[in-house]
Amino acid sequence: MLKRDYWKFLTCALILYAIIAGFLVELPETMIGQTMRNLFFHVGMWFGMFAMLVTSFIYSLRYLGKFDEQEDIIAVESANVGLMFGVLGILTGMLWARFTWGSFWVKDPKLNGVAVGMFIYLAYMVLRGSVEDIRKRAKIGAAYNIFAFILWIVFVLLLPRLSGDSIHPGSDGSTVLPKHLEPSLQLVFYPAMAGWILLGFWILQLKIRIRKMTNDKPS
Amino acid sequence: MIPFFVLLTEIKTLIGKDFRLEFKQKYALHGILLYLVSTIFITYLAFDNIIDRDTWNSLFWITLLFVAVNGISKSFIQENPARHLYYYTVASPQAALLSKIIYNFFMMTLLSVLSFIFFFLLMGNPVIHIQLFLLTLISGSFSLSSVLTLVAAIASRAGHNFSLMAILSFPIILPLLMLLMKLSRMALNSVSWTDAGNLLLVLMTINMSVIIVAYLLFPYLWKD
Repeated sequence: MLKRDYWKFLTCALILYAIIAGFLVELPETMIGQTMRNLFFHVGMWFGMFAMLVTSFIYSLRYLGKFDEQEDIIAVESANVGLMFGVLGILTGMLWARFTWGSFWVKDPKLNGVAVGMFIYLAYMVLRGSVEDIRKRAKIGAAYNIFAFILWIVFVLLLPRLSGDSIHPGSDGSTVLPKHLEPSLQLVFYPAMAGWILLGFWILQLKIRIRKMTNDKPS
Repeated sequence: MIPFFVLLTEIKTLIGKDFRLEFKQKYALHGILLYLVSTIFITYLAFDNIIDRDTWNSLFWITLLFVAVNGISKSFIQENPARHLYYYTVASPQAALLSKIIYNFFMMTLLSVLSFIFFFLLMGNPVIHIQLFLLTLISGSFSLSSVLTLVAAIASRAGHNFSLMAILSFPIILPLLMLLMKLSRMALNSVSWTDAGNLLLVLMTINMSVIIVAYLLFPYLWKD
C-alpha cells in the first residue's frame, strides 16, 4: 500500500506545504499586497484544470482506438474534475480580480478563454446526457471531446494575440511570469502547482472507483 | 484507405445528389432564406439609427452565425434514416463528410452574400475594402461549414438536434468567428492589405486542421 500510494503522501505534503508556506512566506512589496498569496491557490486551480482536460482528451483518443468502456469512464470523470477545478479557479480569480481591478469579471483573453472552456465541457456533459445507448454515447462524446479540445486550445492560444494587451499576469510581456517571481516565492509556487495537479489525479482516481463500485453507467 | 479517384467520384455524386434534393424539396432553402431576411429585418428595427461600423460588423457576423447553425443543422437529418442505410453501403464516410462540407460551403457562400446584400439595403454599406470583405465572406463560409458540418453530425447522432447543435457549436466556433470579425473590421476601416494577409493565413491553417480532424473523426459518427 505504501509502495503504490506514495504519491498520495506526497500530495498531502505538497498541499500542506502550499497552505502553510503560502500564508507565511515573506512577500515582496507590490501594489496587490497580501492578495498575492492567492497566487499559490488560484493558479493551482488552472494547472489542475488543464491537467484534467488533457487527461480527458487523451482518454477520449484512446477510447476511439480500443472502444474500452474504462477509457470512457476516465475521459468523462476527468472532464468532471476539470470542470470542478475550473469553477474553483473562477471563484478564486473573481475575489482577486475584485481587489486588483475593481470588478469581479473583466474583459480579458485569459478569463474569456476559461469561460469558453467551461461552456465546452458543460456542453459535453449535456451531449452525453442526451444519449441513452452507452456505446453510442461514449463514441459521440469522445468525438466531440477531441474536436472541441483542439479548437479550445486554438482559441486560448490565439485570443491574446487578437485582442491586444492582457491585463492578466502570466502572458507574454507581462513581468509577473512565474520565472520572474522572487526565488523565495518560486520555492512555494512550483511545489504548490505540483500538489494541486496531484490532488486532481487523486480525486479522479476516487471518482473512477466510486463509479465502478456503484456500477453506474457513464453519463 | 480508399483510392483518391474513387473518393472524388463519390464526393461528386453525393454533392450532385444534395443539389438535386435541395431543388426538389424547396421548402428547406426557402425556410432558411426567410429566416435570414426576417432576422436581418429584426436587427434593422431593433437597432434603428444607431448603427456604427463596429455594431454593423458584430451584427452581421452574429446574424451569419445563427443562419449558419440553422442552415447546417439539417445536414444529416434531411433524409430519412433508412436512406442513410443505403448510403452506408455505397459510399465511404470520408466522401459523405467532404461532400457535405463542400455543399454547405456553397450554401453558406450564397447565404453570406445575400446577408451582405440585405444589410446593405437596410443598414447601409460601411465596407470600404470590398475585395478583402468578399474574401472574408468566402473564408467565413468555409470556416462555418467545416466546423458546423461535423457538429451537425454529432448533434444528429445524439437525436435532439437544434438546441444541441447551438450549445455544441457556439463555444468551438469562437476562435474562427473572432478571426473573421477581426478581418472584416479591417475591411470596414481601411483599404490596406497589411496584417490581413497574415490573419487570412492563420484562418486557413486553422481551417485545414479542422477539416483534417473532422476527416479523421467522422467515420466514428457515421455508423452505429
